[in-house]
Amino acid sequence: MIMVALKVHAQSAISGGKPDKITDNDSVRTIAPFFTPATTSKKHPDADGFIQRWMLLEPINKSIRSNLVFTNNYLKAQFDTAYFPNQFTVVPKDKDKLNVGQQELTWHALESPTYNVKLFRFAYGLKKHTYSVLFWAVTVVNSPREMKNVRLAVGSNGGSTWWLNGQQAVVMDGDRRMVMDDCVSTRLTLNKGKNIIRGALINGPGLSDFCVRLLDENGVPVKDLTISLQ
Amino acid sequence: MKLIVKVISTITLSSILLTRQGIAQIGKPFIHDPSTECDGKYYTFGTGGGGLISDDGWTWNGGAVRPGGGAAPDILKIGDRYLVVYGATGGGLAGGHNGKILTMWNKTLDPKSPDFKYSEAVVVASSDGIEDNDSIDPSLLLDPTDGKLWLTYGTYWGYIRLVELDPKTGKRAEGNKPLNIAIDCEATDLIYRDGWYYLLGTHGTCCDGPNSTYNIIVGRSKKVSGPYLDNIGREMLKGGGKLVVAARDRLIGPGHFGRIILETGVEKMSCHYEADLDQSARSVLGIRPLLWKNGWPVAGDNFKEGTYEIESERRGYALQIAVDFTRMPGGMRFNRNNDEPIKPVPSQELADVVKTWPAGNIGVNLSDYMFRPHQKWTISPVAGSGGYLGGTYYKIVIAGTDRALAATAEAELITVPSFTGTPEQLWRIDQLTDGTYRIMPKEVPNSATHLALVSSGDSTPTLAKFDVNSDNSKWNFRVH
Repeated sequence: MIMVALKVHAQSAISGGKPDKITDNDSVRTIAPFFTPATTSKKHPDADGFIQRWMLLEPINKSIRSNLVFTNNYLKAQFDTAYFPNQFTVVPKDKDKLNVGQQELTWHALESPTYNVKLFRFAYGLKKHTYSVLFWAVTVVNSPREMKNVRLAVGSNGGSTWWLNGQQAVVMDGDRRMVMDDCVSTRLTLNKGKNIIRGALINGPGLSDFCVRLLDENGVPVKDLTISLQ
Repeated sequence: MKLIVKVISTITLSSILLTRQGIAQIGKPFIHDPSTECDGKYYTFGTGGGGLISDDGWTWNGGAVRPGGGAAPDILKIGDRYLVVYGATGGGLAGGHNGKILTMWNKTLDPKSPDFKYSEAVVVASSDGIEDNDSIDPSLLLDPTDGKLWLTYGTYWGYIRLVELDPKTGKRAEGNKPLNIAIDCEATDLIYRDGWYYLLGTHGTCCDGPNSTYNIIVGRSKKVSGPYLDNIGREMLKGGGKLVVAARDRLIGPGHFGRIILETGVEKMSCHYEADLDQSARSVLGIRPLLWKNGWPVAGDNFKEGTYEIESERRGYALQIAVDFTRMPGGMRFNRNNDEPIKPVPSQELADVVKTWPAGNIGVNLSDYMFRPHQKWTISPVAGSGGYLGGTYYKIVIAGTDRALAATAEAELITVPSFTGTPEQLWRIDQLTDGTYRIMPKEVPNSATHLALVSSGDSTPTLAKFDVNSDNSKWNFRVH
């Protein structure tokens, strides 16, 4: 028996604030072993096609009373909000900084050893707010050829929206747990060369995370891609 | 017979007396995160300590006793003792995830028994508050294949874990390490059936009344250690799961699955609903039939009152009273004028035929269904008749009349002109694991034997011992 939804997090929106304290045992915080620094080595999706190399922005603090508020319109309003310059086009570099309200936030180039990207652990390890937060994630998918009829397949704990090359591809509204292939896009075309996948994820109480992969027209994971961050 | 149920509802034991029939339990079925055992009675233990007791599985009242507080206990009878397992903490309720799971023994669940005494509780699993696990919501499985005792636990806070316990002591098996078997579930329950281990969990969010999104999902594995996959081969470690039950019948947010095998082919599942819209949107205990379709558990439907054809699974014939067939108007197929106007022909109504029926007792038989009045049965719950796990007793009368189906002392069937409420006129209806139904009189006069409605011939019903392997014992309720 767990109450997830109703834990009130009335933190002021876009404020600094202290990191959430989840236990007295948390004297040492680190993003390891949930993340390692991204390298420039050639990296493919994992054996199931999941993309594990991402640029992650430290969480933007929000005020969220319940995860049940994540309606389509709510997500649109939240993600249409201008938090930082060029938020729908920027391909940031590791350690780039920006300001959102009173928060100074940093982009981190990271790799997840697991198929899912554990945003809660990212925030927790960096001593940021873990609940009532909004994350941005960006990655670059390099395709050896044009691929038609691919689908972007996403699972996320929290509401999220995902864009491929600037076009909105997946919206995950409602009170969600992270389930692989929970929502998939309509048929899309992956360009030869560089493609940018961008996601925004918002969550109240919960272990925020996501998993993303591309499926071909037969529903088979696309794996002959390389993942870079530029 | 192992009878274990995990059930739930809000913690307050209200004084409201409920009389709703057909779906809900009656009495005071309010309890949170319970687990039910059968020891001549049904016991339901819930979050916070204490619980409910029912003599018949239908009417519930307070009285069960469990020390230790905490959340979401489970109980398993091992030998002649009961092993109780519970989470000592409350999950993320207060923001903490330092969980502990404890076990303790008792010789009986009856607090009035002189043998009622819990052993000292011992910790069998824990979480440090940081790791991806919260050690609450435990569930036990005594593996019928090898006698090993397994504990699953955890919540949305990271992984669901599996550990082995010692069935003799209830303590953690020496040297055993936790194994991650699922994510993002709560209130898991591990069961075994036909060579498969099934892991059931609750997805969604609880505790928000009619807006709670709780639902029960399942994955399965050939090995207790997993991997647990859903019906499309997706791992529960990646969020996979096939839906077992979501909201229905004005009951919202089912969670905390428990399985009860009453006998082969007759299974029930327990759960709690986060909100019953007919009971002030309170959280209540729920018991439904448990069906198995293509090797997967699916929640069945508790019987709903209405007017039905009662169809034999044997040949498909309909139960009917043995009265003379009365012809309808409408003409024969021969010598019809194709130019005559097309018009509807009214169905045969009760008033068209009832005066031709005998006034006294009338026998019953089976024939092909022709939606005639002598084939239509109205089935409705009988207030105050008691019940059984998941249902109350029903009267079965010819639609529009008080003519009631009854068992005879010779273990045959008859209809009596008027329903009087005697036990031989009360019927228990259980949906079976294949989706068909078993129909049983509450009592057969002068007999202690439990018999069921059975097709002894294509056209002949009787009362006989229920045989789950025979279509003779199975019935369907059709609405036309």
